Amino acid sequence: MAQKGDLLLQMKGVQKRFGGAIALRGTDLSIRAGEIHALLGENGAGKSTMLKILAGVHVNDGGTISIGDKPFTTGSPQASIEQGIAVIYQEPSLFLDLTLAENVFIGRQPMKGVAIDWAQAQSEAARLFAELGVPLDPKRQARGLSIADQQVVEIAKALSMNANIILMDEPTAALSASEVERLMTVMKSLKAANKAVIFVSHRLDEVFAISDYITVMRDGATVSENPVGGTDLQKVIKEMVGRELTELFPKTENKIGDVALEIKDLTNPAYFRNISFTVRHGEIVALAGLVGSGRSEVARAIFGIDKYTTGSVKVNGKDLAKGSPVAAMAEKIALVPEDRRQQGLFMIASVNRNISMESFDRIKGKIFLNFKKERALTEIWREKLSIKYEAQSNPVESLSGGNQQKTVLAKWLATDPDILIVDEPTRGIDVGTKAEVHKLINAAAGEGKAVLMISSELPEVLGMADRIIIMREGHKVAELSRLEATQEKVIAAATTGSKGA
Amino acid sequence: MKLKLRFSWDTSILIILAVVWVAASLTTDNFLSSINVSQIFSNTSEITIMAFGVIFLIILGEIDLSVASILALGSSMLGWSYAKGAPIWLAIIICMAVGTLCGFINGWLVTKVGLGSLAVTIGTLALYRGIANGILGTNTINEFPEFWTGFGFDTIGTSFIPQSLPVIILFGIGFALLLHNTPFGRRTLAIGQSPEAARFAGVNVVRHKIIVFTFTGFMSGVAGVIYTFRFSTAQADNGIGLELLVISACLLGGVSIFGGIGTIWGVIAGVLLAGSVESWLTLREINAQWRTIVTGILLLISVAAPVLINKAKAAKVRAENKS
Repeated sequence: MAQKGDLLLQMKGVQKRFGGAIALRGTDLSIRAGEIHALLGENGAGKSTMLKILAGVHVNDGGTISIGDKPFTTGSPQASIEQGIAVIYQEPSLFLDLTLAENVFIGRQPMKGVAIDWAQAQSEAARLFAELGVPLDPKRQARGLSIADQQVVEIAKALSMNANIILMDEPTAALSASEVERLMTVMKSLKAANKAVIFVSHRLDEVFAISDYITVMRDGATVSENPVGGTDLQKVIKEMVGRELTELFPKTENKIGDVALEIKDLTNPAYFRNISFTVRHGEIVALAGLVGSGRSEVARAIFGIDKYTTGSVKVNGKDLAKGSPVAAMAEKIALVPEDRRQQGLFMIASVNRNISMESFDRIKGKIFLNFKKERALTEIWREKLSIKYEAQSNPVESLSGGNQQKTVLAKWLATDPDILIVDEPTRGIDVGTKAEVHKLINAAAGEGKAVLMISSELPEVLGMADRIIIMREGHKVAELSRLEATQEKVIAAATTGSKGA
Repeated sequence: MKLKLRFSWDTSILIILAVVWVAASLTTDNFLSSINVSQIFSNTSEITIMAFGVIFLIILGEIDLSVASILALGSSMLGWSYAKGAPIWLAIIICMAVGTLCGFINGWLVTKVGLGSLAVTIGTLALYRGIANGILGTNTINEFPEFWTGFGFDTIGTSFIPQSLPVIILFGIGFALLLHNTPFGRRTLAIGQSPEAARFAGVNVVRHKIIVFTFTGFMSGVAGVIYTFRFSTAQADNGIGLELLVISACLLGGVSIFGGIGTIWGVIAGVLLAGSVESWLTLREINAQWRTIVTGILLLISVAAPVLINKAKAAKVRAENKS
């Protein structure tokens, strides 16, 4: 059993690259027993890569990692478990029809002769739950447990495998406020038992409430490692952002026209409440906030993918029917969804079939599709967006991520929308293509289209938007004009709900 | 190399069909005789007609196991209403209308109640045939006007072309255009490839599925009319087991069981292959059990082949990437 303060894990100069992209460029981290250690950073800073290396999913290219006084054996999740490392994911993966005791001991059931010793499994599970301060009934089914309690079961499972180091990747992102309390209790119990907890979170108020140490990462490197008393919110935010806004985003001044989209008191109790804002013709409005703050759900509700319970959506002053993408498209709304592989594209279909999917009216005679017109339409958009592919008839899955994203944009721009909603338009694409996508979005606004942009990337939000609406936990917490907005204000509002200093 | 990579199941089926024809005509006296070819076409007419509906369902990622039961229920209604004194044209319309209604019920249960199509149509497979039994019991009605019973059997003039062939060709062209040249067909493929992306593309997935289930029912009704007249028989166990042949034909024809992929001409080739093998074995006087075994093996090959081809392609790509 480790003593409080013993060094459990040390990472030095850890590097990792994926093809041409550098994910980690020399990261340090040291974790001691009986410590809760928060890992902070913007999306893409390298936090998940770190966790995945420790979990045995990825292998680091350089640097050293030691567990206690032994070098860390990388390479398989099984090896990581044997070295006392356990990962708790945001979405637990329990077997819902089994009991909690069965879940805790799945695959390693205590035996009595040839039979499983259920009494032993249950009393052991009960002991673990009690130790974590959450007395769940080991005989109940996992189905119906809250996400937080499911996480507790996962943690108990980890403890039963003698885990010393518990990694949690955004454990609170999917939890309600009372569930967060519960998880914090558990984290404190782990700490009391001299385990080490490393957790990733974007909710800075929580981080300061519970952590002992805070490590900030940026662009694949460690920026700072401080005991919680040695830093503060402002400092951490500055370190996370760390860079000056460059001229990557040449903002064009567009003529701003009448209100195109008016959202009033939009509520879907599961995701968001009383959201109101407007977007004018020629204007780019950014919807900022953390992943899970309800931004995408608002977009889905506007476009009619999901229904909302109360509130209204008006397009050019007219009410829009709820729950109907067909009605939204008739009012010339386009939604470029966040997940291009699942939602935006038909991966095995050809490029031209994807691009024409929402524009049949443009390539159709009286009844039948005109393939010649379809090829011409694709050619027009290939040229406008400089999409790169070998042949129109190639499946879109053969394109690079950036070209896939351009294809999604193309198919929606081809409908000539009045209102363009883009959800994470540059996620997972390279810098060069990013700039092209930004130019396209600016150009769309320049043509008088109203643009609503959801983005987790602050530079993008600040560089592109005329106005920024910030959401936190389903509520609109701030609305900033281009002039008022700073990185610090946006992060402060998104993470703590404060209007910022 | 490139040619080899493009070699797919769609093209293989044509080669297999050609091989079967050559082998069959070498090993039997009259496989390619006009009477036998005519027989192949007319024996497969109901399967083809039903497959034109079912292919759309499989592409959507759904299935309909009740098509043969719909055929039987329609056929029973046709015979029953005609025996009760309805004019033959009305009896025919009733048969097709019943089929359409049965298809709509399938679609409604699948989409609005949210049950899986496999479960729903296993249920209606039993239900529709049960109703057919309730209407006709063990009775058989086989008095129909000669003009109509000839339709399922006679050839056009003195040629060897069965009269049902033009009907099938017309339907074939119509459905090929519908699947490959209209927004409706594109949306069908799109839903099969990704129902979620289809919703984001503004496709009304529920309505689309109900329409396809409904016209599959209609086509089963049409198959019921042809079947009734071809055998001059309306009875409750008409077409028993045909649903498996219909699905086999689709899969043989390169329709992906996972949805999103399929062509009408592939399905026509699939039906012809199944029909040709059957005919070949019959001419060789091979007994019925063996014919069933061969059909089963063909079906397994047709399901396994695309998967194996894809695996081989992937392995090749990996090997190329390594070197």
